[in-house]
Formats: sequence, C-alpha cells, structure tokens
Amino acid sequence: MGLKVEDVKAWIMKTNEQIQQNKEYLSELDQAIGDGDHGTNISRGFQETVNKISSTEYTAVADLIKDWSMTLLSKVGGAAGPLFGTALLKFSGAVQGKEEIDYGSFVEGVEAGLNGLILRGKAEEGDKTMVDVWSPLLTYLKGREALDADDFEEAAKAAMENTKNLKAKKGRASYLGDRSIGHLDPGSVSSYYLFSSLAQVIKEEGVQL
Amino acid sequence: MKKVINDPNQIVEEMLKGMVAAHGDLLKRVEGTTVIARADAPVQGKVALVSGGGSGHEPAHAGFVGKGVLDAAVSGEVFTSPTPDQVLEAIKAVDGGEGVLLIIKNYTGDVMNFEMAAELAEMEEIRVDKVIVNDDVAVEDSTYTTGRRGIAGTLFVHKLAGAKAESGASLAEVKATAEKTVANVRSMGMALTAATIPSTGKAGFQIAEDEMEIGMGIHGEPGISRDKIKSADEIAETLVQKILDDGVHQSGDEVAVMINGLGGTPLMELYVLNGKVNDLLKEKGFTVHKTFVGEYMTAIDMAGLSVTLLKLDDELKELLAAPTNTLGF
Repeated sequence: MGLKVEDVKAWIMKTNEQIQQNKEYLSELDQAIGDGDHGTNISRGFQETVNKISSTEYTAVADLIKDWSMTLLSKVGGAAGPLFGTALLKFSGAVQGKEEIDYGSFVEGVEAGLNGLILRGKAEEGDKTMVDVWSPLLTYLKGREALDADDFEEAAKAAMENTKNLKAKKGRASYLGDRSIGHLDPGSVSSYYLFSSLAQVIKEEGVQL
Repeated sequence: MKKVINDPNQIVEEMLKGMVAAHGDLLKRVEGTTVIARADAPVQGKVALVSGGGSGHEPAHAGFVGKGVLDAAVSGEVFTSPTPDQVLEAIKAVDGGEGVLLIIKNYTGDVMNFEMAAELAEMEEIRVDKVIVNDDVAVEDSTYTTGRRGIAGTLFVHKLAGAKAESGASLAEVKATAEKTVANVRSMGMALTAATIPSTGKAGFQIAEDEMEIGMGIHGEPGISRDKIKSADEIAETLVQKILDDGVHQSGDEVAVMINGLGGTPLMELYVLNGKVNDLLKEKGFTVHKTFVGEYMTAIDMAGLSVTLLKLDDELKELLAAPTNTLGF
C-alpha cells in the first residue's frame, strides 16, 4: 500500500499550506542572502498548482505529479521554478505507469529528481542549494527498506538546518561568499516543507511506504 | 510604501498594457503572454533577438524592442526571471526563419529559464543560440560563484547585436558580435538606497542615511563594500578605477561610456558624475567616442547608478552608430 493519487494530492495541499504559512519567512531568508522573492514566487506556484489539481481528475500518480511540475515551471520563474519543476518532472517520469508509489519507486523518484536538480542547476552537494536537502535524503532513503515518517522528517530537518553552516557557491547567495555562512538556504527550507509535508500526510492518512 | 499601483499582483500586466497603449506604433503585445515584440515581427529573413528578465528594470527590456535592437522582450514578475513557456512564446513570435539569439544576463534564474526555453524551441525545430552577459566587475571571485552578473552593459550587447542582425548577418555572425561586445564591456554600480518591491512593500536591504553600497546588483544583491557616502567625484574615481583594474580597457583605447541611473537618482546627478568620469578617462589616455547618460536598466526606485565602459573597434563603432527605433535608445 503506497501513495495513491489522493495521497499525492494531500501531499501537494499540505506543502502548499506550509509554504503559504511561511511565505514571509521564506522571503526574509532570501532577503538575507539573495534578492528576497523566494516566498512570493514559490507560494504563487504552489497556489496555482492547488487550483489546477483541485479541478482535475487523475487516474495515474505520474500525471498528477507532471501537472504539479509543469505548473511550477510556468508560474514560478526565477531559479526556483526550473529547479522544483525539473525535479518533480523527473520524479513523475520515474513513477510513470504506477498506480501507486511504493517505497522502491519513491526512492527512484527522489533519485531522478535529484539528478534533474544537479543537471539543471549545475550544483553539487555542499554548494548551499536545494541539493543539500535532496542528496542527504536520498542517501538516507537508500539505507532503508521502508519509511518511518518521523525519522524521515527529522532527517530532512537536519539536512535543511545544515545549510546554515555552508558557504554558497551557486545562485545569488554565492555573491556574498563567506557572508552567506550563518544563513539558511531558502530553497532548502522550501524543500524541507515538501518532504516534511509528505511525512505528515503519511502519518495522517496511515499510508504504508 | 508610496507607489502608483493598483494590485501588486497585476503590476506587470498593467505596465505592459500601458506601454503598448503609449507606443502601439512601435510595439505589440503577443496576446496572452508577457512578451512585447516589434510591431512588424516576425521580420522575415532576419536573425531575431530575444532578451528579457524580471520586471522593474524599465526601460529594460521592452524599451529596447524595435528596429535595430531587440525583436522581443519577455517580462517576468518583479525582479524574477520569466518562465520558459513565456520565453518560448517570444521565440515563436519573432522567428523569421534565420534563427533566434537569446541575450541572457548571468543570473541563475535567467540562465535556467532561457535555457529551458531554448530546449523547447529546438523541439519545435527553431534554430536558437544564446549569449550570456556578465559585465559586472563587482563580483570578484567567479571561481566560487556562478560568475559575474549581467547588468547595464547588457544594453550595449542588445544594441550592437541588434544592429548586426538588422544588417542581414547570419545567426553565427550576430552571436560573434554579441560575444565580442560581452568581452569588451564592463560595469560597476553603487547604491544609496534599496529598491522597494511592490509585492512585499519593504526595502530590499537596510542602509543608513549616510552610507552607500558599492557594487550591488540590479536587484539589490549586496555589493563588495559599504562605505560612508562620498562626493560624486570620489564615487566616479572608485567605479572607474574598479573597471579599469579588470584589465579589459587600456590607455589609448576608444570607448563608449554609459552612466545608468537606477530609478531614484535624477539626471542632474548622473550628469555630475559623468563630467568626472569623462575627465578621468581623458587623463588616463582614453578617447571617449560616445556617452550615454540616462536610465537604461533601473532597479525600480533605487537611488544609485552604474558606470559601463565598452571598448570599441571599427566594427563596433559602426554598429553603435546604426539607426534604431526604440524607446530606450
């Protein structure tokens, strides 16, 4: 029993809720080391996604995730649009043809998403980008056979918090050099919302993954 | 925040509407998009030029759409690069069969969105190439960053590549001209205040009444230092010296100069600064061939300016002199 269409919809809704609630916070994080529009951009994209998927019927999870990614691509702009959009588009490709996402295909999805991020953003682990959440989480997932939602959420949080210690080498924050140290990477924080929302949905809906 | 706006979420849409209402003889809106194209686009048999970026930099980018410069400009949200589907719409609207050159400022978001658009256009069998502008010498160590930012020097790339395209050159030739311009152009900016983004209503950064930021980006990304405010002459010396230290411009060169206002600095002050910049360049053995003073690439309401130097040769001088019909030049 994995993630079905309804569970993925709940995942998107929950992520949107977290992002809308923390919109100002995300922009403040971005103001400290970037240009201050991350919260505005990403919240616009997730709200549009919710509008789109609420009025559409899906039978395949891959189609739902593809719509999610395409909406982000066409509504977010900036760096966050192509990065989240590409990661989710690759995720959707990895779960193509599945009626529900089991643990193995979830891990494949995260791996495909991470590879997409690396390809699009040309970033490596340690550059203080979203990769610093996605990559440690993939390592975490690969070392297990099933998902413990609480433990997974903790791992995502630890990865997100670790970006505070890193010096930015990609994106706007890289222009600050050492001055970027001590600030959380905003894209890593929104990635944390993505994964922690999944953990909450899994707990609330009683999904076995 | 005191601004002449209705809804911050509609500001780009409403600006584009007003722009076309004012300049319908020159510009047209590609319906259902944030794209402004030449009124006569697509121009058959001519390489097309597409640029763009976040809004809030007016007259860049749509103000440079027209004969002799850009074929289309794509507007993103305020200070946010446009999305790939919008860039693709621009490419499709202006392709006249000879290919399309994308002129991209070196910001991660701009590069990624335009690259994705190029991939989409290639899938539709449109020939697309790109050039990335990185004229900002304030970004010192590009080994550890995504490289230098593209700022006001981008307008020279639009102008010269635009003139080359208008002359009937091939996509490869237009690209070569654009790349030569990128290699010859360097800029450096300073700010007295931050820009206020309409959607947040807050200043992008905090700066004291008696301070100036040297080398900030056109969205207010932090610069290389923050100093007590200096005289116009001293500011001119700092900016020019920093550009010359980069080594592209040597005594004896002929240059074009651009003094670009960022939206909140009056022309009076830009001219004051320009007087000193011209004196300095002459003292150092340069010939100033042409000077542009005004607002070309602004940052909403930011007080401040940038200085751009472009090293010229015979080809670039000829292209610089070619006629244009745009709002900005």
